[in-house]
Amino acid sequence: MHGVFDIVGPVMIGPSSSHTAGAARLGLMARKILGGAPVRARIGLTGSFARTGKGHGTDKAIAGGLLGFRPDDERIRDALQLAPDMGLAVAFYAADRPDAHPNTALLDLERADGRTVHIEGASVGGGNILVNRIGDYAVALTGAYPALLTVHRDRPGVITAVTQILAEHALNVAFMRVSRQSRGERAMMILELDERPDQAIVAACQRAQGVDLALSIPAIE
Amino acid sequence: MSIETWNTVTALIGIAEQRQVPISAIVLAREAAESEKTEAEVFDAMQKNWQVMQASVARGIKNTEKSMLGITGGDAKKLRAFAGKGYLDEDTLYAASCAVGVSEVNAVMGRIVACPTAGSCGIVPAAACLAKRKRAAGDDAIVRGLFTAAGIGMVIDQNASIAGASGGCQAECGTAAAMAAGMLVEIAGGTPRQAGHAAALAIKNLLGLVCDPVAGLVEVPCVKRNGFCTLTAALAADMALAGVESVIPVDEVIGAMDRVGRAIPRSLRETSEGGLAVTDTAQKLAKRLQELG
Repeated sequence: MHGVFDIVGPVMIGPSSSHTAGAARLGLMARKILGGAPVRARIGLTGSFARTGKGHGTDKAIAGGLLGFRPDDERIRDALQLAPDMGLAVAFYAADRPDAHPNTALLDLERADGRTVHIEGASVGGGNILVNRIGDYAVALTGAYPALLTVHRDRPGVITAVTQILAEHALNVAFMRVSRQSRGERAMMILELDERPDQAIVAACQRAQGVDLALSIPAIE
Repeated sequence: MSIETWNTVTALIGIAEQRQVPISAIVLAREAAESEKTEAEVFDAMQKNWQVMQASVARGIKNTEKSMLGITGGDAKKLRAFAGKGYLDEDTLYAASCAVGVSEVNAVMGRIVACPTAGSCGIVPAAACLAKRKRAAGDDAIVRGLFTAAGIGMVIDQNASIAGASGGCQAECGTAAAMAAGMLVEIAGGTPRQAGHAAALAIKNLLGLVCDPVAGLVEVPCVKRNGFCTLTAALAADMALAGVESVIPVDEVIGAMDRVGRAIPRSLRETSEGGLAVTDTAQKLAKRLQELG
């Protein structure tokens, strides 16, 4: 059963929990996955997002999330005007993904230091989201838990090395998913945790043998 | 006090009767236990939601801002100005104005409390404002009432649906009216059992209500319907307080709501492929929205 504040709540900017609040959370989550503020964003909207997004402010909500605004931040409605002032160039296009969830957004983001990321995610109802692709990797990330993301070599022992570090710091893994490009190549692991790992833990994971990238993705409230 | 859980309104009422406390006390205790917080912390969080609700009412009843398509905005203000001159008494029209106003705020991307959804966000706050006027209910009584509303909504969410895409508008505005009705009964000093009857009566009046939003937006018919459903909630509460009972028990009504929701065709479940959404005027508005894009 859902909790009291799923029924009387959340506090949000209207008009739609899926097309506005969920869209804002998707933008916020994408910003966290990028690991900082994007300077450029190209966003594809599919299905119902593309058809009714304008009237629901879906574009404003995603841009607001990318700027770091939470779903109850009244600046969301002015996000498209605020974006250039805040150093974000954002563009939208209609995308066609017949097999994807009808409220799917495709986000190509770039950070000031040149790091780029491709993210695909959907607003799945009631303001809840599911990020299902990061770059070449299939993932399943809800933002409900703080997560540790690694890109690493697909070989024995790397996963153990990372989970060993978490164990040493008494961090419990709630959910875990590993996917790889192909055998022996690069792989991505997402560990959803009960608590957010501090910088020292993330740095230790980054130094682990076979790990190319370790990134902390905070939960979104 | 040990924490008991419940999956039906009847069970919720049973626990409240056994402990001789209002429904709100049982809902608050469960939330505190499950979120591992104190009851005071949970109460404070609800108090904050009530503050947001009041701010959305204050903005809504003065609102003159039109939505992007220009099809909602300004009606709450008209209703408020007319309050005292209508067939309905001044406070009732004021409550309707509050409900329409909060929904107008939602439509122009203002801040609201989804209750249970954004599309039905005006009903519970408007009912709370009515309780404030008619019963001189204080903030504490209203915040407690919001827990009663939540308890009823939680059961409907679990045993039927609160999403228009699944169960039509009965799932959104119907649920909100049931929540508001139960809350109004508790605030007026009614029994848990009367709160259950009020919820049942409200749902029965809105059973089968379809979700056919014009141009896919949460505006027409949603905004004005929030006003109508507030009155359904108030009448259901008054009936229950007067001793009127729902012949069909509340959980059976919720079961019926679930079956009716499943029977509503897809075209009338938030797809904008039927009903009002395919009228000539709605099609023109949808086209205009596309051109804005």
